[in-house]
Parts: sequence; C-alpha cells; structure tokens
Amino acid sequence: MISLIPRKDIPLALTVMTPIMAIAITLFVGAIIFATLGYDPLEALYQFFVAPVSRSDQIADLFVKACPLIIIASGLIFCYRANIWNIGAEGQLILGAVFSGYVALTFPGLPAWAMIPLMVIAGIFGGMLWAMIPALLKTRFNTNEILVSLMLTYVAALLIDWIVRGPWRDPMSFGFPLTKMYVDAALISRIELPGIGYLGQLHWGVVGALLLALCAWFVLDRMLVGFQVKVMGAAPRAGRFAGFSPTFVTFMVLGISGAAAGIAGMVEVSANIGQLQPEISFGYGFTAIIVAFLARLNPLAVIGAGLVVALAELGGDSAQITLGMPKVVTGVFKGILLFMLLAGETFNRFHVEIRPSRSSAAKSVEVQN
Amino acid sequence: MIEQLILTVIMTSIPLIFAASGELIAERSGVLNLGVEGMMLMGAVAAFAVAMGTGSPLLGMFAGAFAGALTAGIFAFFTLGLATNQVATGLALTIFGTGLSGLVGAPLVGQAIDGLAQVHLPLLADIPFLGTLLFQHDILAYLAVIMVALCAWVLSATRVGLILRAVGDNHESAHALGYSVLSVRLLAVIFGGMMAGLGGAYLPLVLTPHWAEGMTAGRGWIALALVVFASWRPWRVLGGALVFGGITIMQLAGQARGWTIPSQFLSMLPYLATIIVLVLISRNREFALANSPACLGRIFHAGK
Repeated sequence: MISLIPRKDIPLALTVMTPIMAIAITLFVGAIIFATLGYDPLEALYQFFVAPVSRSDQIADLFVKACPLIIIASGLIFCYRANIWNIGAEGQLILGAVFSGYVALTFPGLPAWAMIPLMVIAGIFGGMLWAMIPALLKTRFNTNEILVSLMLTYVAALLIDWIVRGPWRDPMSFGFPLTKMYVDAALISRIELPGIGYLGQLHWGVVGALLLALCAWFVLDRMLVGFQVKVMGAAPRAGRFAGFSPTFVTFMVLGISGAAAGIAGMVEVSANIGQLQPEISFGYGFTAIIVAFLARLNPLAVIGAGLVVALAELGGDSAQITLGMPKVVTGVFKGILLFMLLAGETFNRFHVEIRPSRSSAAKSVEVQN
Repeated sequence: MIEQLILTVIMTSIPLIFAASGELIAERSGVLNLGVEGMMLMGAVAAFAVAMGTGSPLLGMFAGAFAGALTAGIFAFFTLGLATNQVATGLALTIFGTGLSGLVGAPLVGQAIDGLAQVHLPLLADIPFLGTLLFQHDILAYLAVIMVALCAWVLSATRVGLILRAVGDNHESAHALGYSVLSVRLLAVIFGGMMAGLGGAYLPLVLTPHWAEGMTAGRGWIALALVVFASWRPWRVLGGALVFGGITIMQLAGQARGWTIPSQFLSMLPYLATIIVLVLISRNREFALANSPACLGRIFHAGK
C-alpha cells in the first residue's frame, strides 16, 4: 500500500533534483530494456547520449534539433498551465509550414527584408487558425480539446500530403511529392561565427527560439495575462471570482501555443528543408509535450529541457545507424522519461510512504490536479 | 458486392468495439486513460509475435490481451499508486507503447502469419445474407459482441457494476462506505487494457496479417471519442463503432468507384467525423453528461 502525505513545504533542492533523478532513472530503465532485447546496454547508451555530441559542430546541431522543440514547448506551457490539453501541436506546426510556404512559393519576388517576416506572420496565422478550432469548439460546444486537437493533426498531415502531391507539386520534380525550392530570400541563413565560421547547421532560427522562450517567460511571469493563465489552471473558481474569463483564457492559450507551433513549422522548413514535402516534422509537436513537462512548465527551463530531449532524438538517429535499432526506440525513452517526470512531481508534492497495510485511521484526501 | 461491403464495415469496427468498451469501463470507474493507442499497439505486436512464433493465432489473441493488460498496469501504477496526472500519464503511455511496440516489432516487419480462422456457427451461418454477415466471423468478432453485452449487464444489473459506478461518480463516498477505490480502479484499468490489447490483436490476426509500426493509425484515439459518443453506455459503443467502420470503408468504396475527390480527403473522413460527432454530442450538455462519471480524471488517494 502506497500512502501519500502532502508536504508542508517543498525544498528547493528537491525541485531541482526531480528532473535530474527522472533522467537518471530513465537511463537505467532504458539500459535494462536494451539488455533484455539483446543489445549491449552500455554501448547502446553511449551511442545514444554521448556519440551524438562528441564534436563542437555536433553540439551546434543539438541546438538545431532542439530549436522546434523549444519554440513549441514555450507555447504549450501556456496551455498546460491553464489546464487546457492541446496535444495537436504537430498539426498546428504543419499548418504553419503550409501558410508560410504559401508566401514563399507564391511571392518569390518579395524583397529579402519583407520575406522572412511575412513568412513568420503567415506561419503564426496558420498555426493559430488550426488551434482556434479546438478553442472554438471547446468554448462554444464544450467539446473535448484533447480529441479535437489530435484529430486535426491527422487531418493536417493528410492536407499537406495532398498539397505537395497535388496543387503545389513542382512540375520539374520528376513525380516526387515536393514543391519548388524556396528562393534564397525565404531561407533562414546559417550563423557565421566570427573566427570559427559555420558550425554544423546552426541557423538564426535557434536564436529566435531562445528569444521566444524568454518572451514566454516574460508574458507568463510578469504580465497580467500570464497570471490569468496560472490562476485559471490552478484555481478556476478563484479565477472566475476575480472576473477572469475562462473563454478568453482558452482562446488565448490555444492561440499562443498554435502560433508557437506555426512558427516552429515555418522555421523547420525554411532553415532545414527549403521546400514543402509530405513529412516536415518528426513528431516535434508530440515530443515538445515532454519538453514542457521536463521543464516543469517553466519557460526558461524549456531551453535546457529542449536540449536534453533533442539529445535523445539525435541518439535515436545514431543508434539507428550504428546498432541497427529502429528509430522509434527514442519513443521508449521519451515515454519512460515522461512517466518518471510525472512520478517525480508526486514525490515533490508528497511524502511517499510504502507501508505493509492501510491504517484504519486513514481518511480520504482529495487532490485537485 | 453489398454483402462484402457490409462485412468489411463490421470487421473494421471490431477493434474499435473492443478498445472503446474497455475504455468505457475504466472511465466509468473514474479513470481517463489516454493511452489506448499505446495499449492497442502493444497488443497488436504481442499477438503477431506469438502467433508467428507458435503458429497459433489463438495463442496470439491471448498474448494480445495479456500485453494490453500489462501495459495498462504501468498506467495504473503511476496514476493510482503515485497519483500522477491522468492526462499526461496517458500521453506518456501512448508514446511509450508506440515506441516499444516498434522496437519489439522491428524484426517482425515483412513477415506474414495465418490469421484467425472463421468459425461458422452451425445453422445460423446458413441463413442467406444475414448468415454471411453475422455468423461467419472469427472468434474475436463474436467475443467483441459478447464483451459489450457483458459490460452492459455488469454495469446496469450487478453489484460489481454498482460499486464501479459509485467509485466513478463519488470516490469519497465510496471510500467512506468501505470500498477500496484504488483496487476497483486498478481492476477497471487492467480490464480496459486487456480489451484494448484484444482490439489491437484483431488488426494483425484478422484485418491485415502482418505487422507494421503504428498500424493502429489513430484507432485508439477514435475509440476514446467513441466513449464520449456512446455517452458511457456500452450498447451505444457498438452502434458508434459501426458508424465509424462505415466511414472508414467509405473511402475505399469511393476510390473503387472512381470518385474524383483526392484520396487524402477521403482518408480525412474518420477524423473529421470524430470531430463532428464530438461536437454534436457535447453541445447537448444534459445528454453528454447524463452518464458521465462525475469523478472522471480526478485523483483520489487515501492519506492521513
């Protein structure tokens, strides 16, 4: 019988240690799973978490991989803080890519100074548009936003598939489902570091991602809207008494997270791919959920969390090449990590006791989550 | 032709019936498990692996049920034992199950198995038309209907069902009456996992006799929507699943008849239909919430 006793105060060390312990246990459990499946666990962990970052350009690429995760997670934090479960960031990302792609492909003659900003705006618009659907249905018809946002992800994936195979396909692509390449002005350029030159694929979108995380922190921690979000999530009744509108907050958090995912879609295509294709994201929208939780829904911590999870993604590639593991193995790590983080949350808030039997004096305590 | 079409619709709906009625029981006990997709995939891969290894699809079926239940056990450990957030834990379960099933199933890709044999019910199978449609299925299809009937009966007419609903509607009162809230929920979640595992097992054992990564293609999520659609009543799950099966098949039928709509739009139909159905059900609050468990998704723990 596990019994949970609420803690009176939470020591800071515990708050910091929770995610670290979660990562450590995840590695341990991962090693056991590898061993069970007949891989050498130490070798597997090395290929996963050390080999991908053993050179400076690889570390730069780690930031590139973390870029979309940081951007999306910075937005998702608003949703999860407000207890709105947007799990369709993947679809919002796709719509952002499609809308920004529309600008890049339809107006290739735009001046360079206007192109990228317009594409960002289009991306924001696309992502927000897709996120407004669950918001509207939730506020108007009380429809479950989890299922709607997820279903829309499938719809978005099919939509981009149709677009690149049908109306937007480059006639010169030899039948491949690809649009024309973006013009140079529509591409996000790589960063040339003074004295070093280019480092991996490091591009300006990464800088944008870091700035976005900072913005998210400012809005959430220093502005009234951020306070509204937190109150509506932690104590909806108190929020209503304070005159905050649940409808407004629902629209706002879904709008913010949709916009963020849209930007991520724009950046991903514009910096790494250079044209639209059926697959533009490797589940970043879902992976970012884990990043948000690893950061304990704190925007500044998102940056570190994004890098940690990006390492697992790169590790998946590395393990695929050197050990012949399927790419989905990263999912195992991501799933375990999320389990451990959630469990860590419990250890953080409660004193967990494992007793042989239930005491007769036990009375029920309700915890609102 | 029409016979074949209806038959395909029925077969497509079977995995949804299993997964949704299992989830329905879990939700009736107050637990929202969003990990259905992950549990189905674990069931599918276990069923395929065992059926291939032993040559017996029947053993595969049991393996699928067992794997689903085991995966649900992980969920139960975290949400019930450690009182973690159910929504996030369910997501974790789906991510984990998708990954682990892919990892375990990697060597199985490209292999084929003999599916479950059809069992013709004596006499009934000979009825023209209806016999072909309803009484010439595999054992899992019959089991699906039996399980729905069982769920409906247990929920509405037995003491066990009463306790289950009490726990789901008001866990504090149930606890005060001396029922072990967590034990009831544990059993309900495990049952839900077993059913999801069976639903997953149906895919490689009957529908397509091979294994592919993520072969459930969102069926677990549609099953979750079906529970809302059914407004937490087992028999309505059966009807809802048939509707969804019909929509899924419509795209194939459409392609076969040379509809000019791009195939992607036809493939969107099940997902769009899910959204539309959710809206139609949810907009009528009284209907939607009449049977909705009051404690759904809320955490309970007995402490000092």
